[in-house]
Amino acid sequence: MALSRKKNKESNKRLSLKLFRTMLLIRRFEERASQMYGIRKIGGFCHLYIGQEAVAAGSITSLDLTKDYVVSAYRDHGQALACGLSPDELMAELFGKKTGCSKGKGGSMHFFSAEKHMLGGNGIVGSQIPVATGVALKLKYKKEPGVVLCFFGDGAIHQGAFHESLNLAKIWDLPIVYICENNQYGMGTDFKRVSSVTELSITSSAYGIAGEQVDGMDVMKVYDAVSRKTATARNDHVPGFLEIKTYRYKGHSMSDPATYRTKEEVAAYKEQDPILLLKVQMIKNREITEEKYKKLDNEIKEICRNAVSFAEGSEEPLVESLYKDIIA
Amino acid sequence: MAEKSMREALRMAMDEEMARDKNIILLGEEVAQYNGAYKVSQGLLDKYGPERVIDTPISEEGFTGVGVGAAMAGLRPIVEWMTFNFALMAIDQIYSNASKMRYMSGGQFGVPAVFRGPNGPAEYLAAQHSQALQSIYAHVPGLKVVSPSTPYDAKGMLKSAIRDDNPVIFMEAELMYGWKGEVPDKEYLIPFGEAAVKQKGNDVTLLGFSKPMSVILEAAGELTKEGINAEVIDLRSLRPLDEHSIYASVRKTNRCVIIDEAWPFASVGSHIGWLISKNCFDFLDAPVELVSSEDVPMPYNHTLELAAQPSAEKIIRAARRTLYRE
Ligand SMILES: Cc1ncc(C[n+]2csc(CCOP(=O)(O)OP(=O)(O)O)c2C)c(N)n1
Repeated sequence: MALSRKKNKESNKRLSLKLFRTMLLIRRFEERASQMYGIRKIGGFCHLYIGQEAVAAGSITSLDLTKDYVVSAYRDHGQALACGLSPDELMAELFGKKTGCSKGKGGSMHFFSAEKHMLGGNGIVGSQIPVATGVALKLKYKKEPGVVLCFFGDGAIHQGAFHESLNLAKIWDLPIVYICENNQYGMGTDFKRVSSVTELSITSSAYGIAGEQVDGMDVMKVYDAVSRKTATARNDHVPGFLEIKTYRYKGHSMSDPATYRTKEEVAAYKEQDPILLLKVQMIKNREITEEKYKKLDNEIKEICRNAVSFAEGSEEPLVESLYKDIIA
Repeated sequence: MAEKSMREALRMAMDEEMARDKNIILLGEEVAQYNGAYKVSQGLLDKYGPERVIDTPISEEGFTGVGVGAAMAGLRPIVEWMTFNFALMAIDQIYSNASKMRYMSGGQFGVPAVFRGPNGPAEYLAAQHSQALQSIYAHVPGLKVVSPSTPYDAKGMLKSAIRDDNPVIFMEAELMYGWKGEVPDKEYLIPFGEAAVKQKGNDVTLLGFSKPMSVILEAAGELTKEGINAEVIDLRSLRPLDEHSIYASVRKTNRCVIIDEAWPFASVGSHIGWLISKNCFDFLDAPVELVSSEDVPMPYNHTLELAAQPSAEKIIRAARRTLYRE
């Protein structure tokens, strides 16, 4: 079951720790992935999530993934980890190994887990939004109590697929929350240059869906906002929309030096680092000590190191697997 | 002659044509301020300004349709697709509008636009980002479809595409942008529908286009060592197709291997196979071979990814089969 908030001190502490741990795991995993990309153990496009951890952690932690679902885009490492996919199987996927979460066939942009209700991993901007809407249709059809979280970037908001999906979700009363992770850039493009409105949260109002803007550097705010929206979607079958303002510290992908923004801008965001912010809060609330933090961090670094060893030690897929899993 | 990369050659073509005709505009994702996702349009914003070099949001169907409308109304747009994989989201504008406008309007409206960008397998990019999509465009009447294999051809053919009064689908192999070749500074055009004979030979015809030409030439070199002299033909344009050169070569060699990195089913390669069987039946000494992509989505794993594509080895073996040596 998902952790609830504000019941008592103990459960608040459990929640903070859970969120903190998830964010830290994403950060350390991505640092390893970046390193492995640097030495060419990982190839292709690799879109890191560093800086945006609070969005995946804050929103997915509020779910019950035995009933709820997550659908994402190509920047999917963070969501996959928050869904509980193991660092081992994710790193192995990045290495293209048989033990990867998509058996080495998907790579960075195509993380999937049927068991964990993680339905991708989609490389085409906006293409996952109607798919997520379809998952919500099944929940409604089967009268199941779940809800779908659909993640996409600010760049995807101009695709027809987004607008068509919101309309469908509204006329069919689907249990889905659309989450626009506004990290302000679609590749090298500042979203303000290509968006007719810069408050993206209002775009859903054209479809009768209430939108809301959330500070995505504050994981608790994300957790609260998503919890509220999912409750409404789940109980009242009203779709929701959140524009979560966040920031990616790295370039769009490993091959992007990100010269379209200033060092100062990046530095300013690093000052409101979501992990740092929560840590300060937790120390203040006596939920963690510097010592305990170090211990936790070392433990997580060890997990990510092991993930690399696991990936390295795993077998390559057999060439015969080329023709497997195409059609049932 | 100066050595230029494929991307430079393409840029030269756009630059020269934009300087010549003010009706030419370039639009697409990241083409202006970022200088192009693959740096093909580098410097064009500075030279021609934001009215003519236009950044669009990620909205392929929208800006592709904008290109169609602008062309109907008298401009000559070049629409850059970041890759052909993403252009799938715009396919309706090509299938339903660009290709049929002249026909539906009884000849009143043409669409003099170029739709260009990288196509074909890349490296480690998996199924959605690494595929050769020429067959779906070549399928539609009303389009011209071209796919050069050298910087020299790229420049001359892109200039022809921009001057063409029809919608031209201009496919650049994603992995070729850095490849170099001789490109003269002087003005020249390469017409569509004329294949290039890359190597003369009598034993077997190897037919291909775009990036696979490099493995085809490699295979031809290896075959020579075995005493097999292959004739190598680069089709360059798929629609119009230079049937004349194809038949002339097959009637001479009596054997043919077609190389097309798209999937084999209902592809450009399989279509050419049918044309040859119909028009060269009496000249064939062996079944026509097709070396295509394996009939699978592209896997991420590198070993599998290479196994899925045409290779010099696969071509050599196919050529040997046509000579009953394997
Ligand atoms: C349909 C489509 N067009 C273009 C691309 C190339 N592309 C990949 S990511 C990207 C930028 C998307 O930005 P955004 O949606 O804001 O997500 P972010 O990368 O910021 O997470 C682009 C243009 C693509 N993958 N799919």
